Amino acid sequence: MTTKFEVNGKQVSVDVEPRLTLADCLRHELRLTGTHIGCEHGVCGACTVLVDGEAVRSCLILAVQAEGSKITTVEGLSSDADLSPLQKSFRKHHALQCGFCTPGFITTAHALLTEEPDCDADRVREVLSGNICRCTGYIGIVEAVLDARAAYKK
Amino acid sequence: MKLPPFEYACPATINEAVALLAGHGGEAKPLAGGQSLMPMMAFRIAQPSLLVDLRKLPGLKEIKIGADGVRLGALVRWRDILDDKRLDAAHPLLKEAISHVAHYQIRNRGTVGGSCAHADPASEMPGIAQTCEATFSVIGKAGARTIKAADFFQGALTTALKPDEIVTEIHLPAWPAQRRYGFQEFARRRGDFAMAGIALYYDVEGGKAANAHIGVFGVGDCQRRLPKAEAALNGHTVDDALAVKVGEAAAAEVEPQEDIHASSAYRRALTGTLAERALKAAAAR
Ligand SMILES: Cc1cc2nc3c(=O)[nH]c(=O)nc-3n(C[C@H](O)[C@H](O)[C@H](O)COP(=O)(O)OP(=O)(O)OC[C@H]3O[C@@H](n4cnc5c(N)ncnc54)[C@H](O)[C@@H]3O)c2cc1C
Ligand code: FES
Ligand code: FES
Repeated sequence: MTTKFEVNGKQVSVDVEPRLTLADCLRHELRLTGTHIGCEHGVCGACTVLVDGEAVRSCLILAVQAEGSKITTVEGLSSDADLSPLQKSFRKHHALQCGFCTPGFITTAHALLTEEPDCDADRVREVLSGNICRCTGYIGIVEAVLDARAAYKK
Repeated sequence: MKLPPFEYACPATINEAVALLAGHGGEAKPLAGGQSLMPMMAFRIAQPSLLVDLRKLPGLKEIKIGADGVRLGALVRWRDILDDKRLDAAHPLLKEAISHVAHYQIRNRGTVGGSCAHADPASEMPGIAQTCEATFSVIGKAGARTIKAADFFQGALTTALKPDEIVTEIHLPAWPAQRRYGFQEFARRRGDFAMAGIALYYDVEGGKAANAHIGVFGVGDCQRRLPKAEAALNGHTVDDALAVKVGEAAAAEVEPQEDIHASSAYRRALTGTLAERALKAAAAR
């Protein structure tokens, strides 16, 4: 099926089988391999992307369901020129080690901080509870997100 | 795992959606948020030949609040409920229960209609529907009908829905401002499915509890009310001693299953403790 949507500000058109998930479409059709796939059934959060600004699991959406929407992947939240404030904060607080889970944490945290720049540590922990990190540990990640709040305040 | 192959349709009207479902002899399934159906397909527990995406159907995304209660369109998402400030007064028990459902990303997609049609025994929404005597509006090939929650839920992953029927609305009766309520669940990690949970409410008449409704989820093969525990609450002054008694009645009344998460005895004890805590919380409001 031909499906059109926007990814990181660019209009794209793909011809895919209905069974292809948005996660696989991003990685294999559009070569945006920043979105990682861990479990393929909605429990790990590695595949989180933004659909019309909201954080969702791209392994639980079909590519054909993305028709007409605006997708932002982790690639769309960075630039080659410089690290974003959230990325800088992750680096400063040692919030990543192997980096497998990081795209999911960055997209999720970006959605949270955009919607709720005043969130407290409890809220950050609640929201990040949907993302699994198997090697860094969560303390640095929570600190990084809290520290990045300032950059999102208007 | 990658999903098994299927066809996909995204109709613009409910009649078209029903016709598509009816035309596939029970092999087609509606697709709402996909937060249960997609994992079921990844595990090959479900292998529909056609998915009928409901997202373009008009009028199913609204939360209507009126004198007769709260009407949730089938496509209302967890997120919509949590964001709706009107529900703080119009249905605080619903709001509290939904704050326990799944995780941030899943709440942006998962819907009330999908949750009830899926009927996982540990889900919060079917527990609220049972506790509050909700009514389901559905449309199918044979036309529209309403189904009471007590008849809708028939067992684990089993409902009264026919393969060509779509839930359109869930109606929760009006919530009096003075009503006392409590909600308690226990899960190992935040956002996980509960090992057991209790939703309850009662009204106060002449200083005593009346109209008690106590529902359990995550215990046994279906969300249900606990009439014996309700009887232990009705007509009594609510204090700590009564909360213990109601908890004991609830524990005695359930038929807990045993699985990798907990033994049957543990679930029974947990049910009693959660009912006791929920009642204490209700009395303290
Ligand atoms: C990691 C994880 C954790 C979760 N934790 C919880 C939790 O703690 N509590 C909880 O309650 N849920 C939990 N869920 C499930 C989640 O809430 C689902 O969103 C919800 O159960 C199903 O809603 P959906 O809209 O995604 O339905 P879908 O997945 O789209 O559909 C589910 C089923 O309902 C049918 N269906 C959907 N809409 C309709 C309709 N309008 N009429 C008729 N049939 C319909 C579909 O055909 C399918 O059989 C979790 C999910 C995941 C992945
Ligand atoms: S790959 Fe999507 S949640 Fe794990
Ligand atoms: S940094 Fe390795 S899994 Fe999180």
